[in-house]
Amino acid sequence: MPRIVGCTCTPLFEPMATSSERSPPPFPEDLEPEPDEVGDQDSDDGEDIFLGTDNPLEIKMDPSLSASDIANSTKPLSEASSPPVMDLLSEPASQASSAPMVDLLLEPASEGSSAPMVNILSEPASEASSAPMVDLLMEPASEASSAPMVDLLMEPASEGSSAPMVDLLMEPASEASSAPMMNLLMEPASEASSAPMMNLLMEPASDDLKEPPKPDIDPLADITNDTPLSEVKTPVAAMPQEPPSDLFDDEPSELFAEPRQSNTAKQQQTSIFDEPDEDLFSEPLGEASKKPQNDFFKEALAPVAKASNVCGPLSDNYNEHPTDIFSEEAITTLPSAVSTVSVNSKTNGVHSDEEEPDIFAEATVELSLDSPRNDRKKKEAAKPSASAPAPSVSASASKPQPKTLEELEEEVEDKFELNISITNPEKVGDGMNAYMAYKVSTQTTLPMFRSKTFTVRRRFSDFLGLYEKLSDKHTLNGYIVPPPPEKSIMGMTKVKVGKEDNSSAEFVERRRAALERYLQRVVFHPSLLQDPDVREFLERDDMPRAHNTQALSGAGFLKMINRATDSLSKMTIKMNESDVWFEEKLQEVEAEDQQLRKLHIMVDSLVGHRKELSVNTGGFAKSVAMLGSSEDNTALSRALSQLAEVEDKMEQLHQEQAASDSFCFAELLADYIRLLGSVRASFDQRMKTWQRWQDAQNMLQKKRETEAKLLWANKPDKLQQAKDDITEWEAKVTQYERDFDRVSATVRKEVLRFEKEKARDFKKQIIKYLESLLQSQQQLIKYWEAFLPEAKAIA
Amino acid sequence: MMEEAREGSLSVSAQTIRVTEAVRDGDALTFIVISQKLSGSGEYHVARTHEDFQWLQQCLFSQEVVPGILGVIFPPLPAKPQLNAPAKVLKQLGFLAMGEDWRMYCMALETYLQQVAAHTTLSKNKCLENFLTSSEPPGHQRARKGIFNRLSQAMEGMRKEGHKDVDDFFQTERDNNLTLTGCSKSATERFIDVVLTEQKLAVACGHFSTALHLCVEQEEDSAVLAFSKICVKLSEVIDSIKRNFESVAENNLSTLGLGLDLESRCQEAEKEMLYRRTCKLVELETASRNAERAKPVKKAAMDELKVAAEKEFDHVSGVAKQEIARFHSTHVELLRQALILWCEKQLETARDTSFRYSQHLQAFKGLGE
Repeated sequence: MPRIVGCTCTPLFEPMATSSERSPPPFPEDLEPEPDEVGDQDSDDGEDIFLGTDNPLEIKMDPSLSASDIANSTKPLSEASSPPVMDLLSEPASQASSAPMVDLLLEPASEGSSAPMVNILSEPASEASSAPMVDLLMEPASEASSAPMVDLLMEPASEGSSAPMVDLLMEPASEASSAPMMNLLMEPASEASSAPMMNLLMEPASDDLKEPPKPDIDPLADITNDTPLSEVKTPVAAMPQEPPSDLFDDEPSELFAEPRQSNTAKQQQTSIFDEPDEDLFSEPLGEASKKPQNDFFKEALAPVAKASNVCGPLSDNYNEHPTDIFSEEAITTLPSAVSTVSVNSKTNGVHSDEEEPDIFAEATVELSLDSPRNDRKKKEAAKPSASAPAPSVSASASKPQPKTLEELEEEVEDKFELNISITNPEKVGDGMNAYMAYKVSTQTTLPMFRSKTFTVRRRFSDFLGLYEKLSDKHTLNGYIVPPPPEKSIMGMTKVKVGKEDNSSAEFVERRRAALERYLQRVVFHPSLLQDPDVREFLERDDMPRAHNTQALSGAGFLKMINRATDSLSKMTIKMNESDVWFEEKLQEVEAEDQQLRKLHIMVDSLVGHRKELSVNTGGFAKSVAMLGSSEDNTALSRALSQLAEVEDKMEQLHQEQAASDSFCFAELLADYIRLLGSVRASFDQRMKTWQRWQDAQNMLQKKRETEAKLLWANKPDKLQQAKDDITEWEAKVTQYERDFDRVSATVRKEVLRFEKEKARDFKKQIIKYLESLLQSQQQLIKYWEAFLPEAKAIA
Repeated sequence: MMEEAREGSLSVSAQTIRVTEAVRDGDALTFIVISQKLSGSGEYHVARTHEDFQWLQQCLFSQEVVPGILGVIFPPLPAKPQLNAPAKVLKQLGFLAMGEDWRMYCMALETYLQQVAAHTTLSKNKCLENFLTSSEPPGHQRARKGIFNRLSQAMEGMRKEGHKDVDDFFQTERDNNLTLTGCSKSATERFIDVVLTEQKLAVACGHFSTALHLCVEQEEDSAVLAFSKICVKLSEVIDSIKRNFESVAENNLSTLGLGLDLESRCQEAEKEMLYRRTCKLVELETASRNAERAKPVKKAAMDELKVAAEKEFDHVSGVAKQEIARFHSTHVELLRQALILWCEKQLETARDTSFRYSQHLQAFKGLGE
C-alpha cells in the first residue's frame, strides 16, 4: 500500500532508505533498555556527532532552515543511534580510510546489532534525497517517545503495505548492488578523508545544497551500472517529456521486472509499482527538465521552511508508522511526547516528511495509479492536525494520536468503500468444454479504479490464476494470501453434463458464494488490494486465460500444502526459535487447524442429518397423506391431509436449514481450513528465510576460517579473494537476517490481522446463521399455530 | 375359573390405572401398576411382569362362555420387551423401545390396561380384577391353551383374508382396515425415522457444542480472546439447538409417536378380529355346504352343526359390529388427542426455542469486536 513516505527519491536511493527502514527489527532488541535514557539524555552528543549527518539533509530539503532547527532535527538521529553506534560512527570517521569503513559496516552486521549503524551510515550517502532521512527520522521519532520501541519499530516494518514495498526496493540495491551501497558510503568518507565525521558528512550536504537534483543522478550513474535499477532509470530520464502515466500505465511490470528479479525471490509488485512510479516521476522528471514537477518540488519545500503547513507530513505521520505503532502500543508515545527531544524529533520527521506527501500528491493525481487509500487517509488525518503550527502540533498531536489513530483506522475500515459481488453464474459452451462464467461486479469509491461501478465476467480458472499470481508474489514476503475454493471435478462434471438437478444448482451456488468470499478477502487485504493483478482482475474486460491452474487446484493443492507443512514442521524442531510468540502461534495454528477440521466433520454430519430429517419428514408427510386419504372420518381425514401439508412445509424448512448450516458453517470452516493452510505457509516462509540466514552465517564462518588459514599460511595472493568473499557473505548475512526479520514482522502482523478477521468473520456468519435459525423457528411456530385448530376441529 | 371370572365388575376406576415405572430385575422387567379403588381413597400397588400381562390377555381371549367373544377387538398388548436384545429386535418394538427407562412402554401398557378396564365385556373378567388388585402374582398356572392357540393354528393353516364376505359392511370394513393398517404402520415407521433423525441431530449438536468448547484458548490477545468468546457463545447456541431437538423428539415420541403406534396396533387388533370372524364365516359356509351335501343319515347332525355355526357367527358378527363402531370413535378420539397434544407441545417448544434463539442473537450482536 501507499506507505510512500520515504520514496520520493531516486530508485537507487530508495533502497538505501529502506535499508534503514528495515533494520529496526534486530536493532530494537539491542536497544530495548535504552529508549529511556535516549529520551532523556544525549541530545547533545547527538548534535555533536550527527549535526553533520543530518545537516545535509535538512539543508537540502530546506535551505532556509535556521541552525537551531537543524540542531533540533539531528536529535532524533542521535536517539536512533544509541551510544555504541555513535562510537562506531566516529571511529571510521577518524580513520578516514574507506576500507576500514566497509569493514566496520559489515562487522557489526554480523553481530546482529549492525542495523542502526548501517542505517546511519547509509544516511549521509543518500542524503541527497530526503527519503532515507525520513525513514530514519520517523523511526527515532517514534522510538524516542517511549520504551516499547521494539514493537514500534517492528510494526512499521511489518506494516502490510509500507514495509514490503520499502523492502522490495531495498533488496535490489543491497543484493544486486551491495557494492554501490558500499561505494556510496565510502564516497563521503573518502571525500573528507581525515576530517571529523561531522565535516565529512557536511560536505556532501553542501554539494546537495548547491545542486539538489544532481546528486540523485550522479551516484546513480557512477555507482549503479551493475544495478538493474539504473536501467530503469535510463528510460525515464530519456523521456521526461512524456506523460508519466503512459509510461507506467502501460508497462509497469517490464520496467520493474529487473530490479525485482535481482531479488532472490520475486517481491511484491504492488509496492514496486507504486513507489518507483512516484520516485521516478517526481525526481528525475523534475530535475531533468525543470518542468512543473520541479516547480512543485520546490513548492513542497517552501512550506517546510515556514514549518507551518503541517497537515501533509503529519497525516503521513499518522498513517504510516505511527498508525501501527499506536494501534499496537497505544500508550507508548504519551510519556515522552512532552519532552523537547521528542518534539524535536517529531518536528524533524515532519519536515522531512513534508515534501514527500506533497510531491506524492501530485504524482498521485497525475498517475492515478497509486494508493488512493493513502490520500484518503491523509485527508482524514489532516483534520485533527489541521491548522496548528508544526513543532507544537507534532508534540501535542502525539498525545491525542493514540486514540484518534485507532478511531481513524476503524473508520477507514468501516468506510472501506469496495463492494464486490459475484452473480449470475452462467454456463458457457457445451459438453466437457463447458465452463461456468461468473459476473464479478465491483462497486467502489476508491479512486484507484477507473470508474465507480464496473462488471467483468470471469471463469473459475481465472480466480485460480489470480491466486497463483498473488501467491507467487506475496507468499514470499510472509503474507497470508487467501486461497480460492478448490476445484471440484465431480461438481463441475455434473454441471457440464447439464443435469439441471438440485445438486448441481447447489454446487454452482456454493461455488459462487465461495468465490465471492474469496475475492472479498483478497480486496479486504490492504496490500493485496494494491496489487495490479487484482485491479486487472476486477477491471479488465478481456482477461488472458489462466493456465496451469490444474496443478494448484483441488485435492492436490491441499495435499501439497499439507505435505509442505508437514515436512516443514519437522524443520521446526531444528529451528531454534528466538521468538516464543511464533513458536506458540504456530502451535496454536496447528491445533486450530485440527480443531476446525474436526468441527468441519461435525458440521458435515449435522448437515447430513438435517438433510436426512428433511427426507424423512417428506416421507412422513406422504404416509400421513395416505393415511388421511384412507381415513373414513372426514374431520380426521381433513386434519391428516392438513398435517401432511404442514409436514411438507417442514420438509422444506429443514432443507433450507440444512443449506443454511452448510453455507454458514461448513463453508466458513472450509474457508478457514484453507486459510490456515496459507497461515502455515507464511510461517514456513519465515522458517525458510531463517534457514537461508543460518546457511549464510555458516558460510560466512567458513570463509572466515579460510581467511584465517590463509593468514596463517601467509598467502597474500589469495587473501584478497578471501577478504572479498567475506565481505560478500557478510553482506548476505546482513541481508538475509533483515529478510528474516522483515518476514517475521510481516507474518506476525498478518497473523494478528488474520485473527482479527477471523473473529469478525465468524461473528458475522454466526449472526447470519442465528437470524436464519430464528426465522425458520418462527415459521415453524406459524405452521403449528395454523395446525392446532385443525387438530381441535376433529370431531 | 370361568364362572368366577364372569362375576362382578371391576373394583377400580379404569381412568386411574397407571403403570408408573419399569423396574429392571435381572433379565426381566417388572412394571408397577397403580390403580385407585372405586370405593374409598385407597390405591392398589402391584408389581407385574410381562408374563402376567400375557396371562391376562389369554384369560380375556379364552372367555369361551361369552357369546361372540371372538367379535371383540381385544386391546393390543405390546410385544414382550427384550432386555439386552439386539437392535433388530428392539426395532420391532418401534416407539415403545424408545425413550428412557421404558417409559414409552409403560405408557403403552397403561393404555392397554385402561382399554381393557374400560371395555364393557372384558372388564367383567375376574382375571382383570385379580391382576389389578392381588398382591400375589396372578395365575401362575400355565395359561390354558385356549383359543389363542387355536387362533395361531388358524393363522398358520388358513389364508382366508381374501375370502369374499357375505356382508357388505364387513367387506368394506375389511378393505378399509387393510389399507389403514398398512398406512398407519408405514406412517409410524416414517415417524420413527423422523424421531430417530432428530435424536441423531441432538447427539451431533452435542458433539459439535463440546468440540467448540475445545477451540477456546486461554490467551490475552484480544483477537484470540474475541474468537474464544465467539466459540463459547456458539457452543451455547448449538446447545440450544440440541435441546430443541431433544424436546422436539421427546414431544414426537410421547404424543403422536405413541398415538400412531397405538393406532397401528389397534388396527392390527381389529384386523385380527375381522380375521377371526372371517374364519367363523368360512366355518359356517363349510358347515352349510356339508349340511347340504350330507347323506340323510348324517343330515340332522350336520344341520345341528350348521345352526350352531350360524348362531355363533351371528353372535360374532353382532359383537363385531358394535366393536367396530366403538373402535371407530375411540380411534378418532385417540388420534385427535394425540394430534392436539402433539401440536401444543411442539408449539410450546418452538416458542421456547425461538425465544432462546433471539436471546442468543442479541447476545451475539452485543458481542464486542
